[in-house]
Amino acid sequence: MPKRDDIKSILIIGAGPIIIGQACEFDYSGSQACKALKQEGYKVILVNSNPATIMTDPEMADRTYVEPVTPETVAKIIEAERPDAILPTLGGQTGLNTAMKLKEMGILDKYNVKMLAADHNVIKKAENRDEFKKAMLSIGLDLPVSGLAHNMEEAETAAKKIGFPLIIRPSFTLGGTGGGIVKTREEFLKIAELGLRNSMISEILIEESIVGWKEYELEVMRDKKDNVVIICSIENFDPMGVHTGDSITVAPQQTLSDKQYQKMRDASIAIIREIGVETGGSNIQFAVNPKDGRMVVIEMNPRVSRSSALASKATGFPIAKFAAKLAVGYTLDELPNDITKKTPASFEPSIDYCVVKIPRFTFEKFRAADPTLGISMKSVGETMAIGRTFKEALQKGLRGLETGKNGLDNVKKVEALSDEDLKKAVSIPTADRIFQVKEALRRGFAVEEIFKLSGIDPWFLVNMGEIVELEKILENKLRGLRTDPASVPPDTRELLLKAKKNGFSDAQLARISGLDEQNLRGLRKKLGIIATYKLVDTCAAEFEAYTPYYYSTYEDECESVPSNKKKIMILGGGPNRIGQGIEFDYCCCHASFALKELGYETIMVNSNPETVSTDYDTSDKLYFEPLTFEDVMNIVDREKPDGVIVQFGGQTPLNLAERLLKAGVPIIGTSVESIALAEDREKFKQLLNSMKLKQPLNDTANSVEEANRKASIIGYPIVVRPSFVLGGRAMRIIYNDELLDEFMDEAVEVSPGHPVLLDKFLQNAIEVDVDALGDGETVIIGGIMEHIEEAGIHSGDSACALPPHTLSEDIIHEIRRQTVLLAESLKIKGLMNIQFAVQGDDVYVLEVNPRASRTVPFVSKATGVPLAKIAAKVMAGVTLKKQGITEPMEGLTYTSVKESVLPFTRFSGVDILLGPEMMSTGEVMGISDNFGTAFFKAEEGAGQQLPLKGSVFISVQDNDKRSIVFPAKKLYDMGFKIVATEGTAKILRNSNIDVEVVKKVHEGSPNIMERVEARSIALIINTPSSRHKHSKDAASIRSKATMKGIPCITTIAGAQASVNGIESRLRKDITVKPLQDYYKLKNKK
Amino acid sequence: MSEVRKKAKIALEDGRVFEGLSFGADGERYGEVVFNTSMSGYQEILTDPSYKGQIVLMTYPLIGNYGVNKNDAESARMFVEGFIVKENSSIASNWASEGGLGDYLRSNGIIGLEDIDTRALTKHIRVKGAMKAVISTVESDNATLVKKASDSEGLVGRDLVREVTSSREYDWNTEGKYKVAVIDCGVKFNILRHLAARGCRQRVFPADVDHKTILDWAPDGIFLSNGPGDPEAVTYVYATVAKLLGKKPIFGICLGQQILGLALGGRTFKLKFGHHGGNQPVKELSTGKVSITSQNHGFCVDLDSVKGKGVEVTHVNLNDQTLEGMKSDKLNFTSVQFHPEAGPGPNDATYLFDRFIDKMKR
Repeated sequence: MPKRDDIKSILIIGAGPIIIGQACEFDYSGSQACKALKQEGYKVILVNSNPATIMTDPEMADRTYVEPVTPETVAKIIEAERPDAILPTLGGQTGLNTAMKLKEMGILDKYNVKMLAADHNVIKKAENRDEFKKAMLSIGLDLPVSGLAHNMEEAETAAKKIGFPLIIRPSFTLGGTGGGIVKTREEFLKIAELGLRNSMISEILIEESIVGWKEYELEVMRDKKDNVVIICSIENFDPMGVHTGDSITVAPQQTLSDKQYQKMRDASIAIIREIGVETGGSNIQFAVNPKDGRMVVIEMNPRVSRSSALASKATGFPIAKFAAKLAVGYTLDELPNDITKKTPASFEPSIDYCVVKIPRFTFEKFRAADPTLGISMKSVGETMAIGRTFKEALQKGLRGLETGKNGLDNVKKVEALSDEDLKKAVSIPTADRIFQVKEALRRGFAVEEIFKLSGIDPWFLVNMGEIVELEKILENKLRGLRTDPASVPPDTRELLLKAKKNGFSDAQLARISGLDEQNLRGLRKKLGIIATYKLVDTCAAEFEAYTPYYYSTYEDECESVPSNKKKIMILGGGPNRIGQGIEFDYCCCHASFALKELGYETIMVNSNPETVSTDYDTSDKLYFEPLTFEDVMNIVDREKPDGVIVQFGGQTPLNLAERLLKAGVPIIGTSVESIALAEDREKFKQLLNSMKLKQPLNDTANSVEEANRKASIIGYPIVVRPSFVLGGRAMRIIYNDELLDEFMDEAVEVSPGHPVLLDKFLQNAIEVDVDALGDGETVIIGGIMEHIEEAGIHSGDSACALPPHTLSEDIIHEIRRQTVLLAESLKIKGLMNIQFAVQGDDVYVLEVNPRASRTVPFVSKATGVPLAKIAAKVMAGVTLKKQGITEPMEGLTYTSVKESVLPFTRFSGVDILLGPEMMSTGEVMGISDNFGTAFFKAEEGAGQQLPLKGSVFISVQDNDKRSIVFPAKKLYDMGFKIVATEGTAKILRNSNIDVEVVKKVHEGSPNIMERVEARSIALIINTPSSRHKHSKDAASIRSKATMKGIPCITTIAGAQASVNGIESRLRKDITVKPLQDYYKLKNKK
Repeated sequence: MSEVRKKAKIALEDGRVFEGLSFGADGERYGEVVFNTSMSGYQEILTDPSYKGQIVLMTYPLIGNYGVNKNDAESARMFVEGFIVKENSSIASNWASEGGLGDYLRSNGIIGLEDIDTRALTKHIRVKGAMKAVISTVESDNATLVKKASDSEGLVGRDLVREVTSSREYDWNTEGKYKVAVIDCGVKFNILRHLAARGCRQRVFPADVDHKTILDWAPDGIFLSNGPGDPEAVTYVYATVAKLLGKKPIFGICLGQQILGLALGGRTFKLKFGHHGGNQPVKELSTGKVSITSQNHGFCVDLDSVKGKGVEVTHVNLNDQTLEGMKSDKLNFTSVQFHPEAGPGPNDATYLFDRFIDKMKR
C-alpha cells in the first residue's frame, strides 16, 4: 500500500529535556522519524524544547519550534501551522501525554488534526490501568491481582484486599514516577499519596507483588494491514521489583524454551491488536514465575520507548524510522531491510551474539537519596555491550560503564563485607549488586542460595560463576608472566585466548599477571591474540549485510575490512551521566556529518545505545565498543585512521588522549599538550600571569594540613574540589576550617593520588560562559552566555542568556579580548570553552576547556551557526576563513535562555539547593524577542511553571534581605499575595508591602510546611544561609515543594529573572515562532 | 573447568575444517551442514525427523540454556547427524527442564561440537552453499577428514524417508470428529498435536503405504507430512499421492508440498543453503498478509514446473520469492512449504489447520 496522500504536513512532538526515564533515545527516535517523513515528501513540523538534540537542527524539519512541550504551547503551534496530522508516539511519555491533552482540550478536533499511529482511545486503553486490565482479561491473559484507587480511602480498601507486600503504580506517569513496592502500612500511606499526586489523573493501581519473578520485554511492530513482528526479546538480569530502566538487561531472552517464548510472543501480538495500536512500535512487559512458569502481563507502552532504542541497537532494526513510515501508510513488506537491502522489513531479526545493557547511576551526587533500586527509575544513563557470549558482553559492559571497573572486578568495599553482610547486600538491589554477587560466588556461596537471596536467574549466576572460576585459574597460571612471547607455553596462550573470549580486559589480565597493561597488550598481540570484528546484521549472517555496524570479539574471522579512503575516527562520550550527556553526542554526530561532507570516511566509536551517534547511518562505520584505551586501540590497529577526534565526546575520550598519543594515535585538533596545559593548575596559572589575566586566588594541596594552611592564606570562602573530575563532582564552597576537614576526607576517596584544588570564591559575581572557535589563525567567538545565577553554582546547572542580558559593552569587549588571547596562546584548533566571572569591573578567568562544551548545541541553536561542524572541519584542516565563518552573535534580534532540568523529584528527601557540583540531567531553551519571555518559556519548558497569581512565600538569608525587596515589591504590585516568616516580613513591610506572616515549622501550627503541603503557595523564594549551615527545616520545605510541584527559587538572581519573566508574561501572552523564522530575521540584519 | 576437554572437529568437503570441543557423544558421522537461525527451540530441531542426513549448526551462540523436557520433543528420538553451537550452557535453568543438552545428546548418540567460530562457518555455507561434511571426535587428521567428507554420499538423490518413517501404522488418537490419514515421511509431533486439538482422529501410515489402504480406512482428509532428504528420491510416495489426488481433501506440509508438486508432474530443485529458521516472512497472496514462519527445507518446488496444472500459488517467500504455498480447488488440496505447526517457531500460520478442518467439514 502506498503512503497516504490525504495528509501533507505532520507535527512531531519531541520529548523535551533529558530527565531520568526519558533521555536521548527520543532524540534518536525523533531524528529518525523526521528524516524518514521528510524523505517521503511530507512537511515536517517539530516541537521540542531541548536544544541539545539532532532533531532540532534546522535542516531536520521544515518548521522547528524550540518551545516548551506543553499542551498550551503545542496548541499555539497547531493554530499557526495547521498540520494535517500529529505523530505522538515518538516523543516518549511527554509526546503521548501532550497529544492526549490536546485531544481532550478539543484542539485536535477544532483544527481537524488526525492522530497517526495511535489515537486517543488506544492510548487511553494502554495507559489507563483499569481499561488495560479489562482488555487483558478479555483476551484471556493473566495479570497480577490488583485494585484501582483514586483517593486514599479507595487505596486502603484495595490494600486490605491484596495484603502486603504490594506494588503501587500511578497511571500516566513516566519511568514509574511516584510508584513503589511497599511492605508496611507506613510506607503504603506515603507512596500511595505520592503516586496519586504524580498521576496525571490522580489514579493509582495497587497490585499483588510479583517481586522476584523473571521479567521480560518484547518489542513489537504492527502495520495497518495487521502484520505484526517481534523485533527483539529482552530478559532482565534483575528480577521483577527493579524498574527495567534500572535493571541490567540481556537480549535476546535466554532462559525460556521456544514454546514458552512463543506463548509470550502470541500474547504480545494479541495485546497490540486488542489495544489497537494501529501502526508502529510498542513495548510489552511480562513477568514469569520461575517456579511454575505462570506468565502475567505487566504493562504496555503504545509508543517507541527506551527499550525500542535498545532493541534497535541490539538488532540493527531501525524501529523508529519504520514506525514513522508505517504511520503514513506503508506496510512492513513494502519497506526494504536497510541492512540486507534484498529482504523486506516484515521479518523478525535473528541475532548471533548476546547483548547486555547496564544502567549507570549517580547516587554519589545525591548522598541523601536511597540507593535501593525499585520500580521508580533512578539511573541517568546506560551502556550496551555486544559479545558472542553473555560472559564476554557482561565484562565489556562493565568496563564500558566507565565507573573505574575493568570488567567484573573485585571491589575492595565488597571484599571487606562479612558473609552475613554480603548475604544481606545480595538480597537488596542496588547499583553495586553485580559485584556483591560476584564476591559471593568467589567465596563459594551456592548458586541456589544466591538465587534465593537475589532472585537472579541461576543461568546468569552460573555464567558469572564461570568468569569467577576462570579468574581463579588465571590467577594461578598467569602470575609472573613474562613479556617475551617465546617464554609463554602453548597452554598459557590458550588460556589467555580463553580469557579474552570471556571478556577479560587487558587491564584485568595485567592486574592478574603482574605485568603493566601496555606490556600485556604487547605480549597478547605478539601471541596473535587479536580482536576480531563481527557485523550486526539482523539476520545472523543468513544474508549479505551492507551496513558497517561492528562489535569486537575474539574469534577466527574478522569481518571489518578497512578501506583505502582517508578516514577520521570520532570517540564518543559513552554512557550518559550528570555532566556528560546528549550535548556531547550532538557534537560527535556533527563532527561526523561535517567530515562526511569533506569526503572523509567517518568512524564512530561509542557504547551508548540511546544516542544518534550509535545509529548505523550516522557515520560510515560504527564500532559499538567500550571507550577504554584497549578497545579504542584495537580499532585503531585495525582501521589505522588518519585522524582521531577526542575533543567532542566530553571527558571520556579526553581522559584517553594522552595514552592514545603516546601509543602513536594521530589525534587531530587542539594538541594534547594544550589540553593538559589547561588542566594543569600551575602551568595554567603561569600562562594567565604572562598575559596579565586575572584568576581568583588559588592553590593546590596534597594533605589536610596543607589545605588548611593554604585556605587561610587565600581566605574563606573558598571553592574546593579534587582534580580531574567531571561535572564538578564533589566540588564545594567552604566557609571555614571545620568544613574543609570534612571535605578533605571525601575528596581523597574521590580521586586518589590527585591533589585537592583551592580557589577563592568570588561572592556575588556574574558568571559568563564563552564558546569559541580557533584554527591557529583566526579566533571566532561562538557565543557569550551570561548566567542567571551567580558564580558558585555549577555552570551546567545555571540558567543563562545569549546574548548577555545585563553585561555592559565594555565587559563584553574585555571578555572577547581575553578569549582571543587564550585561544591563541593555547593554539586552539577546534572548540574551546571559557568560564569567566565578572565582579564589578573585573573579569576573572575561572576555567578553560580546550574542547567541545556542554553549551555548544545551545549556542548553535541560539545563533543558527553549527559550531561543532565548523570545528570538525577546522580540525581536518579547513580554516575558518575558508569556511567563510563570520561572527555568530552578529545581528541577533532575539534572546535565547537555557535552563537546566534537575532530577530532584526522583530523589525524595534530597535538598534541591544548587551548588558547585552539577546535578542537572538536561536542559531546555526558551526563545523570544525579550529576555523576560524567553526566561518564562525556558522555565515552562523545564517544568517550572511560573505562577501568574497566588501566594508567594519569601524567606531569605540576612545578606539577601535588601536585594529581595525590589522583586518582592514587583510581585506585590502584580497582584501576588506575599507570605513570609517574621524576619523577612519585617523588612518587606518597611517597603509598604502587605505581608502575611506564617510560622516556621518549629513554631507550631499552622506553619509554612502545612501551607506547602496544602499547595496553597504558588511560588517559593528561599535563599539558604550557606551550603552546610542551613536549617533542616528549610531543606525539607524545599524538598517538599519540589515533590508537590511548586516552583522553588533559591537565589536572588533567580528570583529577579523569574519576576522579570512573570512580568513579561502578564504583559503579553506567549507567542511561538520556529527557528527557521528567527534565523531569517537574523540574516536580514 | 580445569579438566582437559575432548576435542571435536567438523570438516567440509571443500577443505575447510573447524576444531572445537566435544559436548555430546563420541564418534564420527556424515551429513550436510546447514545452519538454523532460530534463537530458541534447539530440542525441537534435534528431534525433527526432517534433519536426517544433516548436521545442524545453530547461529545463535548460547544454546542449552533452558535444558530439555519431554513435551518439547518432535519425535521419539534425534535424527540430526551432529549438532554445532558456539557455547553449550553448563546449566539448564527452567522450571520445566528435565535435563541438560549435553546429556541429551549423549543419550541419543549424537555428537556435539562447541567453541568454534559458528558465524564464520555460517558465512562460509551462505557463500559456498550447503555441503557435505563429517563431524568427528575420533579422527584428528584434517586431510583424512576432508577426504571422508567429500567421499560421503550427500543428500541429492537419497531417499531418507525410509529411515525415519514409522515401521507400521499406528493411531495417534482414537477419538475425534474427523478422520485424518497421515502419510508419515517423518512427521513432527506438533502437526499431530495441532490436528488432535482440532478434533481429528489420526491414523499414521508408513510412507510406503498404498493408496488403497488409505482409502479403505475411509478418512475425511489426508495429511502429507514433512520429511528429510531429496523429494525426487521418494518416488513411491508421490506415486501413491498421485492416485489420491482429488479423492479426499489433502493438506501437505514441507516435503508434503514437494510430494504434491512431483505428483502433479512438477519438479523440485535444491536451494543453495536452504531455509532453516523461525523468522521467514511469507505472504499469503489472497489477503496480502505476512506471516512470520518456521521453516526447514533444502529443496523447493519449481514454481514454473507446476504452472498450467490447475495449481494456484497461495504463498510466496518475501526473502527470495520462492514458492511457499499452493492449492488446487479441483484436486482439493492445499500445501505449504513452511511449518504452520511451529515447534519451534512462531504460531502465525496455524490458521492453515483450521482451513483443512473446514475442507473436511464439507
